[in-house]
Amino acid sequence: MTDPVLAVEGITKRFGALTASDGITLDLRPGEIHAVIGPNGAGKSTLIQQICGSLVPDAGRVRLMGRDVTRLGARDRARLGLARTFQVSALAMEDTALQNAMLGVLGAEGRPWGFLRPALSDPALGDRARAALERVGLTDAAATRTAELSHGQRRQLEVAVALTLDPRAFVMDEPMAGLGAEGSQQLTALLDGLRAEAPILLVEHDMDAVFALADRITVLVYGQVIMTGTVEEVRADPRVREAYLGDAA
Amino acid sequence: MRREGTVNLVMLALLVAVPAWAQLTGETFTITLATRAVIFALAATGLNIALGLGGLVSLGHAVFFGVGGYAMGILAFHAQNYTPLMDWPVTLPGTKSMPVIWLVAILASALAALAIGLLSLRTTGVYFIMVTLAFGQMFYYFAISWPAYGGEDGMSIYLRNGFPGLNTLIPIQFYGLCLAWLLVVLWLNARLARSRFGLALNAARQAPQRVETVGLDPVRLKLVALVISGAITGLAGALFADLNRFVSPTMFSWQLSGEIMVFVIIGGVGRLFGPVAGACLFVLLEHLLGDISAYWHVWLGVLLLGIVLFGRGGLVGMIAGREVAHD
Repeated sequence: MTDPVLAVEGITKRFGALTASDGITLDLRPGEIHAVIGPNGAGKSTLIQQICGSLVPDAGRVRLMGRDVTRLGARDRARLGLARTFQVSALAMEDTALQNAMLGVLGAEGRPWGFLRPALSDPALGDRARAALERVGLTDAAATRTAELSHGQRRQLEVAVALTLDPRAFVMDEPMAGLGAEGSQQLTALLDGLRAEAPILLVEHDMDAVFALADRITVLVYGQVIMTGTVEEVRADPRVREAYLGDAA
Repeated sequence: MRREGTVNLVMLALLVAVPAWAQLTGETFTITLATRAVIFALAATGLNIALGLGGLVSLGHAVFFGVGGYAMGILAFHAQNYTPLMDWPVTLPGTKSMPVIWLVAILASALAALAIGLLSLRTTGVYFIMVTLAFGQMFYYFAISWPAYGGEDGMSIYLRNGFPGLNTLIPIQFYGLCLAWLLVVLWLNARLARSRFGLALNAARQAPQRVETVGLDPVRLKLVALVISGAITGLAGALFADLNRFVSPTMFSWQLSGEIMVFVIIGGVGRLFGPVAGACLFVLLEHLLGDISAYWHVWLGVLLLGIVLFGRGGLVGMIAGREVAHD
């Protein structure tokens, strides 16, 4: 078996009496999309925050390409190649789509300290940013202010910014949230093509997307992993049906 | 060209034409007023970099204005008294040379901004406002209780400092120096806003979480913005001290911090020429209404309320449209 790109080893996080993460273990292998599903309150967001470094677990470890990153902050993990997209778009709304993508390139290069040369006409920034926008199908919207983009376009832009980082792994927090059927299909097709570049840890509520994309699925209930398996295994498992799919299907 | 560009050009033309006209007709007082407006505009342009680009609501920018003022005051005080600035380890004399004073003012206020930024940028929102205000008060009371340099009474500098090749005592020549600085700084500001740093700082204001997620440090970006901002406001302080040939603790007062912020808000936060419009209007009102009533600030307050409530984007925004230029 190849070494996992991202490994979560028994992380536990308590908020008072609530155990939001209860010894969660999962990994993300090269080339795969690994979906994490679970009913509301299962602890998916807490898990993502611990993986991306905005929350420190009480116990357990997070490894990125074999390296223990448990104590590193979000910024350092981003520099090591972890690209996160947010459930609620966190974009610079007054800036254009291109400027948002350029910010990703700035981060990837780690060189924001240019004070006089215009950034927009800098090919080193622009080419990479435009390539990312093209990948997600936002070329025509490059000069549009983010506030004027549709909800779906903002979701695409989130992915584009992550792409500019040339990441080793994606962590996507409900990228389909609020998308219509058509938008959801477009984004599904996009993510499908991304896994060859870097594996995706996909936290998602949209079951159609999850079943279409996931190589493996981990089911989280009340902070615990109740199973990890292929789409078929998860679909067939009675515990999953009871906990999650039962009331949805 | 966008409308904002036209508005800016008109303001620029006025900054040249009005004092030129005053010079021709011998209205020296108008030139002094214009100098005051240009210096305030410079101070507010400094704040606009922190506030408009970085979103840092600093209510302590008088610190940098005062540090710049006292840099001038202390250097010139020693020069006019023929006493050394310090004796050990090397003897440093004071100076009456503007370029040296400017350099010291810029460095000293940048240093003050660095120290204040390191401490205050741990906080955000209303706490940041309070911390910067507290620093302002600290400097204010320190200046009051520092007898070596005039304490509460301040210091008078008998002759305006010199600039090679110019007679700075002639109002129009000193105005020219101040205007040149304002133009240089506005140019730098325009470049800065479009640069890599400007892009990152802009994003750090709007979506700090995003900036962090791409591996950049929003706090460090804001710190650098505050240092640049403080240095510019400090330079304005040195020029202001030279205009009045007088330095006093009121340069550190929170009222002055508030006024600098009022210039920016009236003119338009984040607009290149916003601080210029705000400072010019302020000086104009101060002159016109100040003659009618000692309570003219009431009317300034009404104007400020009107702009904040109905005309977000300030004067420049009201004339040129809400959209901030992006090209």
